[in-house]
Amino acid sequence: VSAYRFLVNGAPAEVNVPGMRRLLDVLREDLGLTGTKEGCGEGECGACSVLLDGQVVDACLVPIAQVEGRIVRTVEGLSLAARERGSLDTLQEAFLEHGAAQCGICTPGMLMAARAYLDAGGGPTTARFAKRSPATCAAAPATRRSSTRLPPSRPRPTDARQ
Amino acid sequence: MPAEPPIDTPRHLFEAYERLAAGPTRPIAGGTDVHGRDHRRARAIPDRMLDLSRIDELRGIALEASGLVLGARTTYTEIRRSALCREHLPALVEASATIGAAQIQNRGTLGGNIANASPAGDTLPILLAADAQILVGGQRGEREIAAKDFFISYRKTALAPDELILQVRFPLGQGRELRFRKVGTRRAQAISKVVLALAWRDVGAQGWLDVRVALGSVAATPIRAAATERVLEGARPTPEVADLAAETLRRGAQAN
Repeated sequence: VSAYRFLVNGAPAEVNVPGMRRLLDVLREDLGLTGTKEGCGEGECGACSVLLDGQVVDACLVPIAQVEGRIVRTVEGLSLAARERGSLDTLQEAFLEHGAAQCGICTPGMLMAARAYLDAGGGPTTARFAKRSPATCAAAPATRRSSTRLPPSRPRPTDARQ
Repeated sequence: MPAEPPIDTPRHLFEAYERLAAGPTRPIAGGTDVHGRDHRRARAIPDRMLDLSRIDELRGIALEASGLVLGARTTYTEIRRSALCREHLPALVEASATIGAAQIQNRGTLGGNIANASPAGDTLPILLAADAQILVGGQRGEREIAAKDFFISYRKTALAPDELILQVRFPLGQGRELRFRKVGTRRAQAISKVVLALAWRDVGAQGWLDVRVALGSVAATPIRAAATERVLEGARPTPEVADLAAETLRRGAQAN
């Protein structure tokens, strides 16, 4: 067991855990951030996607030892900037607008993967987005619509949720 | 929660070598196999883990006199974004783009693909077809192993337990061509059903020389198709030669 320090959603975090503990378990069980969900637990489905230094990764595959000194962003932090304006992230708005959830367990991962894609300058084409999130449930078409009928970056009127 | 053996995070290679020499230790770089496959499916949990993620000596992509050199910790995303790889080794860029989703490409490494030695490892036929050399090191020193001598049997490699993969060198011959094809159950994020890498040098009237045909997912290890190479070696790329090569390849694959 060692102490590991890193930033989660802009705030410093410190945990005393075995270095091989998965980032997923640290987030959910040690830090109480249960927005990140476990799907397959072996890096196939992407439900536990979070951003590590801005790159989308599966939190079930990252040992916490590799997170020391780095920056983690989870679905709880997705709307931080927008919250000051009293709104959600544009992606969350779009997911709500299009009803892009069925059971919802993969939704946080979908949001984070889509955010990484758009932040990296990815264009709003459904084909390219579908490659990132191969979910095939009934909500998949709506998810693709939500993630692609968007401006590529965050700026958006602050009164979107009125 | 999967097993949580102790993990060391050295900053330098010599420290990593010391750990490896001290006893059974499992290196981890991107972690896509360790957490994904090994621990979930209750494979032997190692005594100790060795985190390679802070060792900068394992990073970098460089063009040297001997060819294109990639550090073992180079991720698939880094390969895809590398101007040097795009220019000199586009087949490897193509292969990297077919491996998993963005989440895997951001974490998985070339060295990990080699050490894991899955017969379905998508970059491995490229290493074979390109006559790549794998540089490994440990306290006993460094040595180069040709890719064709590296994969011994199912998931068994020439790497000793106290050695690490350091870098991979792809020689870049004048006029050398290299192509990659992968067939999976769908276009993205699928394990390969068959992977093929083909390399040759076209010398006009003399036909193709130095032909290499390498396959993944058809045998216990990634393999070279020697009989098919002999059909193509010194031949002109005509439809008849192609048919004979395909037939030879089909018979060879069945035999495996």
